[in-house]
Amino acid sequence: MNAVMHDTGTQALLTVEHLTMQFGGLIAINDVSFEANPREITAIIGPNGAGKTTLFNCLTGFYKPTVGRLALHHPQRGRFLLERMEGYDIPAHAGVARTFQNIRLFPEMSVLENLILAQHNKLMRASGFTFAGLLGLPMYRDAEKKAIDLARYWLDHINLTERADWNAGNLPYGDQRRLEIARAMCTEPVLLCLDEPAAGLNPKESSELNQLLTYIRDEHGIGLLLIEHDMSVVMGISDHIVVLDYGRMISSGTPEFIRNDPAVISAYLGEEESDDDTDIPSGGV
Amino acid sequence: MSEAAAASITPTRDMLRDAGLMAVVVFGLSFSLVGFKIEDVPGGLAILTRFDGVFFATALAFLGRIGVIMLREQRALPIAITALPTAVIILLLQLFAGDLDPERTYPFRSTVVNWSLFSVTLAMSLRAIWLTWHHGGAARSRDAREKAMDLVGAKVQDAARFIGPALLGFALILPFLPFADRRLLDIGILVLTYIMLGWGLNIVVGLAGLLDLGYVAFYAVGAYSYALLAQYFDLGFFLALPLAGILAAFAGILLGFPVLRLRGDYLAIVTLGFGEIIRIILLNWYTFTGGPDGISGIPRPTFFGLELSKRASDGGDTFHTFFGLTYSPIDRIIFLFYLILAMAMLTNLFTLRIRKLPIGRAWEALREDEIACRSLGMNPRNTKLTAFSIGAMFGGFGGSFFATRQGFISPESFTFIESAVILAIVVLGGMGSQLGVVFAAILLIGLPEFFRELQQYRMLAFGLAMVMIMVWRPSGLLAHREPTLRLHPPPGKGSVK
Repeated sequence: MNAVMHDTGTQALLTVEHLTMQFGGLIAINDVSFEANPREITAIIGPNGAGKTTLFNCLTGFYKPTVGRLALHHPQRGRFLLERMEGYDIPAHAGVARTFQNIRLFPEMSVLENLILAQHNKLMRASGFTFAGLLGLPMYRDAEKKAIDLARYWLDHINLTERADWNAGNLPYGDQRRLEIARAMCTEPVLLCLDEPAAGLNPKESSELNQLLTYIRDEHGIGLLLIEHDMSVVMGISDHIVVLDYGRMISSGTPEFIRNDPAVISAYLGEEESDDDTDIPSGGV
Repeated sequence: MSEAAAASITPTRDMLRDAGLMAVVVFGLSFSLVGFKIEDVPGGLAILTRFDGVFFATALAFLGRIGVIMLREQRALPIAITALPTAVIILLLQLFAGDLDPERTYPFRSTVVNWSLFSVTLAMSLRAIWLTWHHGGAARSRDAREKAMDLVGAKVQDAARFIGPALLGFALILPFLPFADRRLLDIGILVLTYIMLGWGLNIVVGLAGLLDLGYVAFYAVGAYSYALLAQYFDLGFFLALPLAGILAAFAGILLGFPVLRLRGDYLAIVTLGFGEIIRIILLNWYTFTGGPDGISGIPRPTFFGLELSKRASDGGDTFHTFFGLTYSPIDRIIFLFYLILAMAMLTNLFTLRIRKLPIGRAWEALREDEIACRSLGMNPRNTKLTAFSIGAMFGGFGGSFFATRQGFISPESFTFIESAVILAIVVLGGMGSQLGVVFAAILLIGLPEFFRELQQYRMLAFGLAMVMIMVWRPSGLLAHREPTLRLHPPPGKGSVK
């Protein structure tokens, strides 16, 4: 598999191989391998405690995996091995952005500031690491203008242009969710990891979210990785689904395939006596 | 008539009990604190009694408590009738009763206490009169008051455009105002030093949200840097100033590295320890720093090479001979005043500017949510270290100024209480508010200097003022944050919420 990594064309965006994450005696993720492609929404589903968020934390550098390889193929910058990178370098260089299950905006800062902060590294370079910025050189002014333009582009798409100067913490819940996605997009990622973006949204907001996510996939051509419990979102927009249970990958395929997979059904609706239950060493829980 | 208006009225019995309890507490406290005084008399010490003070304090607490309860319940008329004459009597006694007994003032022995009592009773009676006038105007709930105060905060912030320059203008002409004597200028210099330190610490605590209890360490590093550079290498103030700043910034990085992973309480404890380490090193490294003896004879700053002293040292020239003026010792004080004013303004302008740059925004983001910062590709290590080092640099500048003003420094000047006072200025002013720091510094440094007369009760008043501000304004005097950049022009004056 490694041999074809430098192949062009149908190159996978993200290749997860034999990922294992162990916390002391607890195996949160056990030998998971899958691929995520550009221009596709890959959903990761599974019951609570299946290891979905742990997988995200490994991908975005918050945890160092015990075993395994996380290779990201950036169309412009080449291949990155995420498991070897510092947490903050992953969004900065490899182009992996994420959102959080419990929204993590900068609540006391304005909506616009939140989006500008996502472009921190770019602006930091443009401000000559603050020295040019202190002198007010035009180089920095231009960069700031461009950053505001990018922020405005996303504000228009999440309907927050009017409220750009509000404190992010004063926005309604649904808007905060969308703002967090817009903020992640302002880092100009190639892979966007969304941790339960539809949690707590009403049906209308949920369908707006679907539109936003398909828009990002189709217009920006990036790959999306989606953890979600809301099956209307998952089945409606995913191109590919990975099912985790007790840290193991129990199934992977198109939504239709997953919908009818007995292993998935038993994981969600309880065991049906028999079959492959026994080969899980019930490491977790 | 007011009885009918207010719905809930405390029964007289409860009110008397409440006030009585208050009086008992005040009696218990004042009996030993105010009632007895040890005084130096010829032939030894004598215990003097001041039971009149105890009596008045207890009676005032009793009546004042009743007044507060009644005011709260809109029964204003009796208060207006009693408080106003009381205020007038206090005023008259203070002003004219001196003839009765030149040994003391009336009604109390301290002018400060008299004036404070006068202002409290006057405020109470004014409030009562206002309430009687607008009869039926509902008392504002706590929540409404908070909102109103927030609005005041926002308004003041709006007005900061005028207040700031106005204060600066006042500071600029202060030395030439007729009432500006040496004492006032000294207080001004002290206040400005603390304003500068407050602004410096504001970068670390207010913007980056890193609770630093050892800020005095950088102040000490700056002071000793200048003193030692002058002593060993004979450097002048303006040459040593940037070096002292760099050394203090370096100390900031040194502190920053071990505390990168710490937050909140843990960070506070380590920084506190760091402050003590620096002080103890200065105290014990006798051969280098002079230990507890300190360093004396630190050179004064010069005005472009001109000395501000009566006689020039060898090969030097003095300010007054160069400009053909008569020598006046206050010239040096005025010069120091303008020097610290310039240094403080530099700190302010730098902070205002850097807040609108990516690094300043990153500091604030770090305060809000460090994990979110990491997820956006910010390097938290560099961000924290720059905050520590730049904050420390201004502490170092302030320290150098302190050294050159005093002419003598010793580790005693750099104790924990200094850190606490600077932090109190930042917190009381409202985290991150530049103007708030100014008000808080005037309140915490300037007023106690004026109230020297209160002697040992000064610190009590200081603590009381701090508690009161924290009760009324938990987020600081002026806690209102303006976004660093806007998409739309500010909508009117009210802004968002």
